[in-house]
Amino acid sequence: MKNSVLFVLVLTATLAAKADDPTPAPGTKTVKLCDNKTTVQVSNDAPKTREEGQKISDELMAQWKETNPNSTWEQGEIEAHQVVTPADNSRLVGTGQSSTYGVVTQQTVEVWKNETYKTALYGSKVFHSGDELGSEIAVSCDMCHPRAANTHPETYPKFQPQLGRVAMLRDMINWCIEHPVRGKVLAADDPKMRAMEAYILAQRKGTPLDYGKR
Amino acid sequence: MSKIPHIKSVETRYLEERARLFQGLQSLDRRSFLKVSTGAAAAALAAGAANHFHSFLPVNVAYAAEGAALPGFSFAYISDSHLYIKKTNERFVRQLLRAVDDVNKLDPQPDFVFFGGDLAQLGRKEELDLGAQILRNIKAPVHMMVGEHDWFYDMGHHWNELFGPENYSFDHKGVHFVVLMSVHEKDFWTARGMDAAERMHTVAGLDNAMQSAFEVGGPTREWLKKDLDKVSKSTPLIVFSHSPLYKLYRPWNFWTDDAEDVQALLKPFDRVTVLHGHTHQVLANSIGNIQFQGMLSTAWPWPYAPQGMPALTVQMNRPNPFDSNDGLGDGQLTVHPDGMVDMLYNLWNRNPMQVKASYLSSGGKNDKPVMPTLASY
Repeated sequence: MKNSVLFVLVLTATLAAKADDPTPAPGTKTVKLCDNKTTVQVSNDAPKTREEGQKISDELMAQWKETNPNSTWEQGEIEAHQVVTPADNSRLVGTGQSSTYGVVTQQTVEVWKNETYKTALYGSKVFHSGDELGSEIAVSCDMCHPRAANTHPETYPKFQPQLGRVAMLRDMINWCIEHPVRGKVLAADDPKMRAMEAYILAQRKGTPLDYGKR
Repeated sequence: MSKIPHIKSVETRYLEERARLFQGLQSLDRRSFLKVSTGAAAAALAAGAANHFHSFLPVNVAYAAEGAALPGFSFAYISDSHLYIKKTNERFVRQLLRAVDDVNKLDPQPDFVFFGGDLAQLGRKEELDLGAQILRNIKAPVHMMVGEHDWFYDMGHHWNELFGPENYSFDHKGVHFVVLMSVHEKDFWTARGMDAAERMHTVAGLDNAMQSAFEVGGPTREWLKKDLDKVSKSTPLIVFSHSPLYKLYRPWNFWTDDAEDVQALLKPFDRVTVLHGHTHQVLANSIGNIQFQGMLSTAWPWPYAPQGMPALTVQMNRPNPFDSNDGLGDGQLTVHPDGMVDMLYNLWNRNPMQVKASYLSSGGKNDKPVMPTLASY
């Protein structure tokens, strides 16, 4: 009995060590993905060609996708909720100077757009999910605000008599999370709050600002 | 067999007149009643029947003068309760109970209560059972309609078990009523490999573009055609559909894809009123001989669509997010002797709003309801 417990302990320790820092089998080396977790063993004799490199990275990505099944949620979000896309800055390609990149390239413009869009997409995901909002009663924002309708972000800040002070959009988001949604109030810089602000503003693209409007 | 002439005694005629009067009074508000009585008095005088003025005869004269044979009546509605199971969300349960109290308190009682669909939120058996259990407390008879939230988990199986077929018709006091399943969708789930819960969840998202457009569909239109073939074109028609039977705004399925085909079937009738759920707001429209009225929800209000609003719609004020029952409610409908249908929106915590048939039939000139001060953004 004592022996078997000891054996189990030793085995667990060995496995844990393997997962953390795998000892490569003789004649191979370990290649790690940039997530610092996913690894493959590559033979020391493998030819150092581009094809071989591609094979290794494909294998790593296949493993990563298996452990991250929701990695394509953005695609689902785009199809389901048709989030409005951010401004197109292609006119700047090849001109001027970007503070980060020197010259603005097509890739620069794509990065700007994709990163901004991804924030709004994440906002849409939270907005449409009672679970993401931590709702105790399975209520989400879209139930009263399909496609963020009637959220009128262009009218904030404005004096909100029910709150007794000037409200920013995020104050109203939090009010709705706390009361109709019965979820957990978010910090002003919570990634979910930032993303929801991005989504609500995205859906109202092109509307003139009119702060204080009732 | 030869027809035996039936001679009624003075007492029988008196009691019949009396019964008709009280029936008439039940379906009229005080203003209409005064109009009827004055008109009736004039008609009675003209006919040299002044000595009968103390009797109940004038009301019958008034009906006869308008050329209608209907007694007129009222019914109430409750719609779109979107129940989860009690443990998940007790707020929607309380709100439906409030509506049940409302209709039970009506005096006189409505002839029946109509439920406008979306009893459940995610179409589960437990949700529908809970809804059925609550609606059993309604004193008046209840007529049920199905909504997409009741349907797309088991494709109507449990709803049908509880409430019977989703398409049916009945006659009540000279009006032909049709209840129509208008929220069929083309198969979007098989190709995407969705299971029943995912299919239901997709349809449950009003703004989820993965789903198809609502439609009555060929088989149901065929059923409707057969049903209406039996009905005289002068009979007033009241049609219940969950989605509006016209095209308002496709991204939220405020829409019926084959609306024109359904309207064509209703066109030959003199007077048609369509009552629909799904839109959770005060909403009215008029297309040819068809008048449309939307029903309020007891769960949550929807904003008005950013495009495609019918010109005749009078918007309710923007719901106040600080009042969890604002923009919600139930309502009553008065069916007048000539088949015109007036809608009274019983908005909780607000003044009621009435949208009259005469407002719609006059193209918005007469009986204009109170306009909102806080319109949609």
